[in-house]
Amino acid sequence: MAVKKSAQILPASHRCGRSTPLTAVKLKETLPNCGLRGGSLDMWIGLFADIHANREALEATLEHARTRGIGRVIFLGDYVGYGADPGFAVDTVMREVEQGAVALLGNHDAAIRDGTAGMNPIAAEAIDWTRPQLNAEQREFLTRLPFIFEDSNRLFVHASAHAPGDWEYITDVASASRSFMATRAQATFCGHVHIPELYHLSPTGKLAGFQPVQAVEIPLLTHRRWLAVVGAVGQPRDYNPAACYGALDIERNVLVYVRVPYDNEAAARKVRAAGLPAILSHRLLVGA
Amino acid sequence: MTPRTLEAGQLIDGFRLLEPLESGGMASFWRVARERNDLPMVMKIPLLRPGEDSLTIIGYEVEQIILPRLTGPHVPRFIAAGDFERPYIVMEFIEGLTLKSLVEKVPLPPDEVAAIGAKVAFALHDIHRQHVIHLDLKPSNVILRGDDAVLIDFGMSRHDQLPDLVQEEMEGLVGTGAFIAPEQILYNRSDPRSDLFALGVILYFLVTGKYPFGEPQLLSNWRRRLWRDPVPPRGRNAAMPSWLQEIILHCLEVDPNARYATAAQLAFDLQHPDHVVLTHRAARKRHDGALSVARRWLRTKWNPPHQQRRAVSSHLANAPIVMAAIDLGPGHELLSQALALAVRRVLVTEPNARLACVNVLKLARLAPDETEDAQGRDPHLGRLVELKHWARSIPVAPERITYHVLESTNPAAQIVDYARHNRVDHIVIGARGSSMLRRYLGSVSAHVVAEAPCTVTVVRVHGNETEVLTNSGDAQGA
Repeated sequence: MAVKKSAQILPASHRCGRSTPLTAVKLKETLPNCGLRGGSLDMWIGLFADIHANREALEATLEHARTRGIGRVIFLGDYVGYGADPGFAVDTVMREVEQGAVALLGNHDAAIRDGTAGMNPIAAEAIDWTRPQLNAEQREFLTRLPFIFEDSNRLFVHASAHAPGDWEYITDVASASRSFMATRAQATFCGHVHIPELYHLSPTGKLAGFQPVQAVEIPLLTHRRWLAVVGAVGQPRDYNPAACYGALDIERNVLVYVRVPYDNEAAARKVRAAGLPAILSHRLLVGA
Repeated sequence: MTPRTLEAGQLIDGFRLLEPLESGGMASFWRVARERNDLPMVMKIPLLRPGEDSLTIIGYEVEQIILPRLTGPHVPRFIAAGDFERPYIVMEFIEGLTLKSLVEKVPLPPDEVAAIGAKVAFALHDIHRQHVIHLDLKPSNVILRGDDAVLIDFGMSRHDQLPDLVQEEMEGLVGTGAFIAPEQILYNRSDPRSDLFALGVILYFLVTGKYPFGEPQLLSNWRRRLWRDPVPPRGRNAAMPSWLQEIILHCLEVDPNARYATAAQLAFDLQHPDHVVLTHRAARKRHDGALSVARRWLRTKWNPPHQQRRAVSSHLANAPIVMAAIDLGPGHELLSQALALAVRRVLVTEPNARLACVNVLKLARLAPDETEDAQGRDPHLGRLVELKHWARSIPVAPERITYHVLESTNPAAQIVDYARHNRVDHIVIGARGSSMLRRYLGSVSAHVVAEAPCTVTVVRVHGNETEVLTNSGDAQGA
């Protein structure tokens, strides 16, 4: 029955039409506004990557997105692994998908079914710990997730548009250019790296990276191409422990990197209490 | 859309072309109007020729993302932008004279140059506060409108919170030969003090009629300014006052750290010539000899200056203008000590701060101005001596501190005016305890807190019961 349920859900998620808004719309007051032409309120999409079974971070970012009028959510993968609440994370994402959100597959999600080959020992240990925590329905949900989602000229993927199943990290201009060459989308949004970065490619072929400043509206100019690594909800690694998500206004083509402080001490305590490797709890405290 | 196909009366996205204006090298300009007309507008249309000059495209992109974020009287208001198929930017039309139009009148009198310089410096400070460095400041990009300078053409600019599109495309070396700062030549586009260098070049030109580094066209000649110092302005125009030479050469320092820390600090000197501390810069009559130039050339060659890159906001945060508003009357010793302590604390954390010590002489409302007291002494001079005495315990270099005795029937308003006029970032002021009378009438510090355009620290003396008595007129000293 569970199988049937998710089978019904997925096609809906592929239609990127106007879906049930996550909620209350207060966006204009709260999201930064630099005086550009105003978009309508349900045009903001939340981009959530690398939740990694961090319940505290997920709750805080979803709440943040709701109160700021994010109309739809696209989850960019890695709901499990590292953190202490994989069941909660998957249930939450499933519920959002039922309401019209899109969820993509991450390498940690894939490892639940496919095994931990190619993972570092700590990640593998966390996956082995996670697997028995999930029920059949949750595992089934993870295995059915797609690699990519495309919406007009935007592409969403966990790691890279270039061979998404290879889980390449986009950490420099070379890896970014491989992703750019693999798609014709004007803008690609991904996670996987846990460090926010924005690559852009000019019509003359010049490619550069930029470290985004939080809460600043960045116009994704239409005559160049963009590749946004949105940072991590559940395990930031840019020396800022606050959860990170992307807010994209699809009408004005504006991207904002949002930071949300959350109770990372509680999340870290639970990681320790679960007997997961100590580094995983430490990372949540320092954000690295 | 090529410029050839444009003609008056044509309608572009609701904007009707009225008349062409003088066109620049990279764009043509038209006066435009819209049905629901709001304000005079100009449309800037980049001259995009296929396969040519990507700098024009970049300049258009950059201006399109930066201009909408800028506000205030020192920039044209952004109205609308077209898309890439039909590129244009519509902005407020600025009524006024460009600095370039003054070229025929140079050299201008020093006072006029200082006044223009202060206006431009305030405009620069305003955009720097909004995270933007202009990076192509020159007379044709400055329009004087009433009391304000308005900066235009942000096509080469840098917003420190957005990707720098120019840097990637052009590897950083863009600008105008006569005005470009040395660090820009070294590929650093993140220092707001580059704009102060360009303003120094403009001021030099306005007082001497010559460019300090000429107008080199070849990139290879731009580098010369890294080791070749300019002929001091007084070497070209002996009638020029030394304070102005001090200011101009201070702007033209090769090392940005040796220049003014902020445009507001530069404006401060331009507005207070009698407070400019003269150094070796003011005394110079000719440029350096071949030996020191050769030494600098070698140093640049083998050991290029280290370029530190910081956000614009951090440059500004480290170099505030701090104003200490001091009450010097008898009975305020404890308070003025507490004030000195508070000011020291502020300055410890802000190494590039500038301190303005201000005392307001309160005038009786209807009394005629008195230039001397009953004993025939100049009250200003006495206050100045006291101010300097008060500041002796504050460790700050002489060129970073100034003393001002102002007079007013309304000290609070005077302090606020002063702060606004000089772009003060932080006022430190003493509060003379609280008394019933003060609560009814409102104290000076309370007025300042309510009206000031910046941060205000109110200093009180611990356990100030005695202060209160002193203030309410009882003769029980502290």
